[in-house]
Amino acid sequence: MAAAKPGAMQNANALKRQQSREQWSLLSLALPALLVIVLVILIPVGWLFYLSFLGGEGQFSLEHYQKMLKYKSYARTFITTFQVSILTTGICILIGYPLAYFLAQLPNRIAGFFMLTVLLPFWTSLLVRTYAWLVLLQRKGILNDFAIQIGLWDSPIKLVHNMTGTLIGMAHIMLPFLVLPLYNAMKKIDRDLMQAASNLGATPSRAFWQIYFPLSMPGMVAGSLIVFVLCLGFYVTPAVLGGGRVIMVATQITAILENQFDWGAASALGVVLLIATVLVLVVASRVFKLDAALFGKGS
Amino acid sequence: MRWWNKPASDTQITHGKRLWLYIVATIIMLLLVIPTFIVIPMSFSNSQYLEFPPEVWSTRWYEEYFGSAKWMRATVVSLKIGVLTMLVATPLGTMAAYALFVSGHRAARAVFVLLITPMIVPVILIAIGTFYAYGRMGLNNTITGLVLAHTALATPLVMIVITAALRSYDLNQERVARSLGATRLQAFFAITLPQIRFSVITCALLSFLTSFDEVIVAIFVSGGTTATLTKHMFSALRDFIDPTIAAISTIMVLVSTVLLLITQRIGANGKTER
Repeated sequence: MAAAKPGAMQNANALKRQQSREQWSLLSLALPALLVIVLVILIPVGWLFYLSFLGGEGQFSLEHYQKMLKYKSYARTFITTFQVSILTTGICILIGYPLAYFLAQLPNRIAGFFMLTVLLPFWTSLLVRTYAWLVLLQRKGILNDFAIQIGLWDSPIKLVHNMTGTLIGMAHIMLPFLVLPLYNAMKKIDRDLMQAASNLGATPSRAFWQIYFPLSMPGMVAGSLIVFVLCLGFYVTPAVLGGGRVIMVATQITAILENQFDWGAASALGVVLLIATVLVLVVASRVFKLDAALFGKGS
Repeated sequence: MRWWNKPASDTQITHGKRLWLYIVATIIMLLLVIPTFIVIPMSFSNSQYLEFPPEVWSTRWYEEYFGSAKWMRATVVSLKIGVLTMLVATPLGTMAAYALFVSGHRAARAVFVLLITPMIVPVILIAIGTFYAYGRMGLNNTITGLVLAHTALATPLVMIVITAALRSYDLNQERVARSLGATRLQAFFAITLPQIRFSVITCALLSFLTSFDEVIVAIFVSGGTTATLTKHMFSALRDFIDPTIAAISTIMVLVSTVLLLITQRIGANGKTER
């Protein structure tokens, strides 16, 4: 290579220059999208970040963060938020795994049809589904009627405007976010492996737990992470189905703005929520080596 | 051999032995779908209260909805913002996804992550942030402000779908076209775009729905004559249960069902043509 002719070197350099020019002009195609993100996400969130460090007289201060440590109500909000997020994720795994497994075992055409039952809620307005649960779970709702009829319980029990209702609604809304990545991961599992395990004498359940389950883990972790992170910042469903009894971070941010119009406090709470979200994502992607599962290879 | 004694999978487990799986899966699928459709019969009730099954059937709540200036105006606003978001987010996201996928530049990955931040940042933060920033820019209660915010929310979805489509597409075809004299632009529109068009249509529908169904940003940023359908629905839900919402929900469920079936349809066509 060292002995390459000067002319060839020149050509190579020119080609390299041309390539880099083209790369830049290609990248500029992403500019309009980037502008929108900067205008709608980066500037506003940056602004909130700034506001959260602003004291009453416009000086730098940590008072909003100190308040969070001082008052018990903040701690309770964060505990509730994590509680709801963890429980919702757990419920989603418990009911999402069998469903994804069932779908992954079917031939593609039939699976496509049953997949509609996952996609339809996914495409339906979250407000509509929250409303539907409000109706189903109310005192004189269908669920209470049905349970009394078949003798599960005697008198109507309170299923909504509390934690139970919130969890039911959240799990229903989040389930597709778990099932879709999990299904994709299961579809990628080489079926020959299961056959091989069976040929070597493994019982079906042993083959499942030793081969299939570990191989489906990346999909399950990715799906659970999406669900968990979405839960952390969720607003609509807890606000409606929680009936003021389930105060999550997003609910409290809105309450602070509506009642006290305190931008500093609301921003500080938002900043902590964002940091918690990013922290969860970073730690999980380190622990589970998620890069490939979340972003796809090589993007 | 009866069907339940036949092997169901590669491990020779029989259908009979995994009957529980079929039952569990069926119950879960029913639980997923029923709440979505339960609003339909309820919307045809004559009662002030939500009852099921309705004792007297009527279209009272539909008349209420179609007869109300408030609901009609909100519906028009939501449709307008949805269509505009679709028209802005689809090309923006497609351009960005194509650029980042093809360029192979060192910065491409960083830009990609930056562009999907709206999926990571909690929406409540985007909502109050835009509310504050728009207040300074005079964009609150404007269609422009809402379309911009919804575009930011829809763009990551477009990018992810288009990037996936480009991955399963052979970019050499574009190289061939260019070696035969086409410019990059010509090659994209003549060769690449027609082959990823099903994904582009899916993205357009997704962007529309993202905007049409969006609640939180709309609660903060829209108001007055630009209040969206979802904003009115949310306040109606929080304050008292107005059965008009059952009628509106029914219409929304039908819209999403139709849009979903369209994407499934074109998805199937896309596979057979390839």
